[in-house]
Amino acid sequence: MNWIYEPWPWYVAGPLIALVMFLLLLIGKQFGMSSPLRTTCAAIGAGKAADFFKFDWKAERWNLMVVLGAVIGGYIASNYMSDNTVEINPEVAQQLAADYQIESAGTSYMPPELFSLEALSNPFVIGVLLVGGFLVGFGARYAGGCTSGHAISGLSNLQLPSLIAVVGFFIGGLVMVHFLYPLIF
Amino acid sequence: MRYITYLAVGVFFGIVMFKSEAASWFRIYEMFQFGSFHMYGIIGSALVLGILGIQLFKIKNVKAVGGNNLKLQPKDKGIARYLIGGIIFGLGWALAGACPGPMYVLAGAGYAPILIVIVGALLGTFVYGLLRSKLPH
Repeated sequence: MNWIYEPWPWYVAGPLIALVMFLLLLIGKQFGMSSPLRTTCAAIGAGKAADFFKFDWKAERWNLMVVLGAVIGGYIASNYMSDNTVEINPEVAQQLAADYQIESAGTSYMPPELFSLEALSNPFVIGVLLVGGFLVGFGARYAGGCTSGHAISGLSNLQLPSLIAVVGFFIGGLVMVHFLYPLIF
Repeated sequence: MRYITYLAVGVFFGIVMFKSEAASWFRIYEMFQFGSFHMYGIIGSALVLGILGIQLFKIKNVKAVGGNNLKLQPKDKGIARYLIGGIIFGLGWALAGACPGPMYVLAGAGYAPILIVIVGALLGTFVYGLLRSKLPH
């Protein structure tokens, strides 16, 4: 039963993600995890402010069910299927500790320096999380999809726009980690 | 009944994301440091299988339940929106250490601060909706 508690290797996880995409296609839907953000905006009345949110969001309620499922999945996995630690490359872990005083690699799933209730007493941390989320939401909608919609669904369907978007994802991520992290943290 | 199916697919996805550590901030940081093959392996193997599966679906003309065509619409053409939007997304992905799928998973796992990231993502989506007509696409 160890496989339940141990982290699943990439060659198990990748095919299972492809399976999620196939399942959604076979039940007549498309795999994409950022569209529910737009659906949610529409559902809470954003259509009054912008036409972009004037659509039949009730027809998209299915993707809110997938999101609710993901929340439940996260609860089940973290409480019953995991010791909630993540081992990363020791060199990266050392560098994180030396450069950014993030010393929890190997002992936690998320760095408590950013993702604990105590950390939220620091307005800087709140700002980082808020701006990070904002860029994700804005960028995903601007690019018409996120990691699941473009990097998995779009690329699987050999879509050139998805390739451009994924190249953009990595340009942005690399710039952030290599050039902006030292300025921000 | 159909809603139970969507819920079940979501639960399965959530477990895979958490158990593969793709939802961990550390794995995202490590990926952008090229510190491990793990994340590239996840995305790469999903992709290889995804390409093969979709080609097979097309060759065999597989239909969705109910007899409808699979939702495989081609993406709109363009470069600017995908490149600029993609870069903005990537900046946020690395800054928050989470993309949309894992956000929901982490909320379920009990990491309360992720709710701020989710609020940020909703705000970002909303502001894009406001500015849409003024942005190059």
